[in-house]
Amino acid sequence: MSAQGRQQTTDLLPEQVRAEIDKWIAKYPPDRQASAVMAALRIVQEENGGWLTPELMDAVARYLDMPPVSVYEVATFYSMYEHRPVGRHKVCVCDSISCMLNGSGKLLAHLEEKLGVKPGEVTPDGRFSFKKVECLGACVDAPVVMIGRKYYEKLTPAALDKLLSELD
Amino acid sequence: MSDDSLVTIEIDGISLKAPKGAMVIEVADAKGIAIPRFCYHKKLSVAANCRMCLVEVENAPKPLPACATPVTDGMRVFTRSPKAIAAQKATMEFLLINHPLDCPICDQGGECELQDVALEYGGDVSRFSEGKRVVPDPDIGPLIATGMTRCIHCTRCVRFGEEIAGVKELGAAGRGEHTRIGTYMAHAVTSELSGNVIDICPVGALTARPSRYSARAWELLQAPSVAVHDCVGSNLSVHLYQKRVNRVVPRENEAVNECWISDRDRFSYKGLERDRLLVPMVKEAGEWREVAWEEALERAASLLKANAGDGLGLLASPSATLEELFLLNRIGNGLGSANIDHRLRQGDFRLDAEGVALGGLGTPLAELSRAGAALVIGGNPRKEQPMLGHRLRKAALAGGKISYLNGREFPLNYRPHAVITAAPGRWVEELAAIAAALFNLAGGEPPAHLSPLLEGVEIGDDHRRIAESLVEAERPPVLLGVQAVAHPDFSWLASLASAIAGASGGRHGVITEGGNGAGAWLAGVVPHLDAGGGRRSRPGLDARGMLEQPRSAYLLQGVEPSADCWDPLVAGGALEGATVVALTSFDTPELRALADVMLPVAAWSETSGTYVNAEGRWQRVRALAEAPGDARPGWKVLRVLGNLLDLEEFDYQSSEEVADTLRALMEELGSANDTVPSLPGMRRLKGEGMVRLAAAAPYRVDGLVRRSRPLQETVDGRDLALRIHPDDATSLGLAEAELVLVRQGEAVVSVPLVLDEGVARGCGWLPAASEWSGRLGGMIAPMEISAD
Repeated sequence: MSAQGRQQTTDLLPEQVRAEIDKWIAKYPPDRQASAVMAALRIVQEENGGWLTPELMDAVARYLDMPPVSVYEVATFYSMYEHRPVGRHKVCVCDSISCMLNGSGKLLAHLEEKLGVKPGEVTPDGRFSFKKVECLGACVDAPVVMIGRKYYEKLTPAALDKLLSELD
Repeated sequence: MSDDSLVTIEIDGISLKAPKGAMVIEVADAKGIAIPRFCYHKKLSVAANCRMCLVEVENAPKPLPACATPVTDGMRVFTRSPKAIAAQKATMEFLLINHPLDCPICDQGGECELQDVALEYGGDVSRFSEGKRVVPDPDIGPLIATGMTRCIHCTRCVRFGEEIAGVKELGAAGRGEHTRIGTYMAHAVTSELSGNVIDICPVGALTARPSRYSARAWELLQAPSVAVHDCVGSNLSVHLYQKRVNRVVPRENEAVNECWISDRDRFSYKGLERDRLLVPMVKEAGEWREVAWEEALERAASLLKANAGDGLGLLASPSATLEELFLLNRIGNGLGSANIDHRLRQGDFRLDAEGVALGGLGTPLAELSRAGAALVIGGNPRKEQPMLGHRLRKAALAGGKISYLNGREFPLNYRPHAVITAAPGRWVEELAAIAAALFNLAGGEPPAHLSPLLEGVEIGDDHRRIAESLVEAERPPVLLGVQAVAHPDFSWLASLASAIAGASGGRHGVITEGGNGAGAWLAGVVPHLDAGGGRRSRPGLDARGMLEQPRSAYLLQGVEPSADCWDPLVAGGALEGATVVALTSFDTPELRALADVMLPVAAWSETSGTYVNAEGRWQRVRALAEAPGDARPGWKVLRVLGNLLDLEEFDYQSSEEVADTLRALMEELGSANDTVPSLPGMRRLKGEGMVRLAAAAPYRVDGLVRRSRPLQETVDGRDLALRIHPDDATSLGLAEAELVLVRQGEAVVSVPLVLDEGVARGCGWLPAASEWSGRLGGMIAPMEISAD
């Protein structure tokens, strides 16, 4: 890595972030540091307020000694990684079959109307963004919504409203 | 192979023996049983993602992908059963859902794997009436055109980058139907092998940009040829459209280039279209006049005759055919001049006096991929001889310990064993340290002529590691790259390399320039050896010598002095004051200024001839394309010239006859001697002051490549700037400079500056054959750098 590359990596990945990533690298055999890419992206995303920039992905690639495009592949495959700014609360509405049959469409339409933004956009006050996601794995209590890291199940538009109003 | 390692399987009722662990598709391919496929490629890892090769296997509940199903004893496979065909047709239908029906405007149309397979397995009418996906086409550089809507996500190109090119630039971003193959962040691909993705792409998603929309596949005539831009001699298929080269693709030869070629070999043909000399021309009172062949040849003959003897110098391109080179040697001999050479970019010729022949690799190319260890001295094969670099990479991936001694840390696509980066003035010491470490390890006495050099030399960890790797490996190649050849102390480096190879049971070799460097040695286009390898009784002047001690006349065969010679300044000076007869494919301002007669000769692909690659493989090619204007094959021009000069034995009827004459000569003389017995003369370059380090830029090596616009537009094509270490820049007060002045002797040139930590302190990388270097001095020689 060139001095410039090292400097950029240090600037973009502060010490505590690198320490956190190192914990994940340590879980894998030597020379397999690339296995920590998902954890690294999650850590970096959290540090950056919930979304990834190309610069951050490049920094992860340098830090894990991976081709940048391999990091982009991972970061674009999973819906947990964001490539645009998100609201303080990210509302993920499951749109897979069980939730769809149990009214996730209504939840999505309700959110769009209530928040006045489209999926992937952030409300002007920065509080909310919402998106459709694939199966959240809680079909038994469909429809399901994930806000932050918490699951909320068997939701109706009214129940969702109540939830959102309780958030800052 | 013992019987244990074989299993018996049955495919479509045919009983076959197959090696254990082989995949069904390999076994079927070997037997010629056709199984449709898109993602499978024999040189790439198995992805099994296209599902096109589904076959029925007895007792398996579902169809299995033939590319990812290992054979087992007693297995019965059905590739054409109703179940197999139904699975294949279903897959085909899915693959065609999103594929556009734009075959009439697609360059792949007519040679498309998807088209071929769809013809057999596709439905007549699509049942899919919904909207198809559309993907924007990224710009990934001047060589590859993209049509990503056509992509079927087989990921062959992605795997090629990762596994063969060794630099993953293309990837599959997104997921499911949103998957897009591309670079994700817009940039041009930089691999020197990138063009191969065009061949392996089974659809029209990646096609050749320089030949796009210029012909349909079925209008092209395919003919075999050989690449001439490096010593590998990659095998090519040239595709001709109306007697002109329309494009170039690899011709499979496992021993030479496998099924790949470098971008340079693929796209250099674009240079055939530019600056061509169409008619013979003579200069009279400073004015050029177009003349008939007879007049031009007679003028050339009389000028040469008037300067016969030691006053004549003959310089040839190392990419000329063996026949041209052999006849040039005959003309030199006939006119009493041994001042003949093809080593235009060599810096030191003192070994010539020992009668040494250093025109070969010493190791077969295929063996390089199996090398347990290798040492490359002064070279960057990855960019300079890409297919040779690929072999070294294969060796490294298989555990081979590949080490380098260079003036610059060239970016590699694998982990080297050890890299010593030192300014050229220190190469002799560094190599001596490796040799000393080796003799310590292996025991034995160093050759007497080397002992003074090895005594007291400081041996570091890297030297020891390299020595260890060479001792442990079987027959490790010790290769002198083109930068070592350009070194003013090349003879010392070669002596040491020869000793290192000797002590480690390996073989030393030279990575020669051009497509026929090895052939030029055999043809006697060196001043100390005659055709066939016998020593000349009266050696002549070498490529540098005959320019530093100007002759009264020169005969140039495919040489552009400012780009091809080691010291363009000296070359220009010598030629300016002399009578110059130039055989050339290109009409250049430089030759117009320097020459007196210009004879238009056929370029690569337009002449028959033989090329000898670095491992000594003779490869004969036919004339394929039509030479433009009145240009004639070089060997015919030289034959007529020989006749006009009344020289004996110049009545060859074909190029084959010329080559056969040479081969007969070689058999008479036996093989040449490549051991280096001494350490001639004094050191010329020592570690003081700033030294220029150069090789010809990869896309500037010869006239044809230099004229290929697409290659010039690539990242590598534009990488011509001066590179120095940031610390050197700081101490020279140039840390912020974008343009600097480079001075070599009288010459001062303003060049762009790039700071590069990989460059050794005390030297500056400034490649030859660039816009700037043509006005500078020696390739590896002192230089001064100052603010512009």
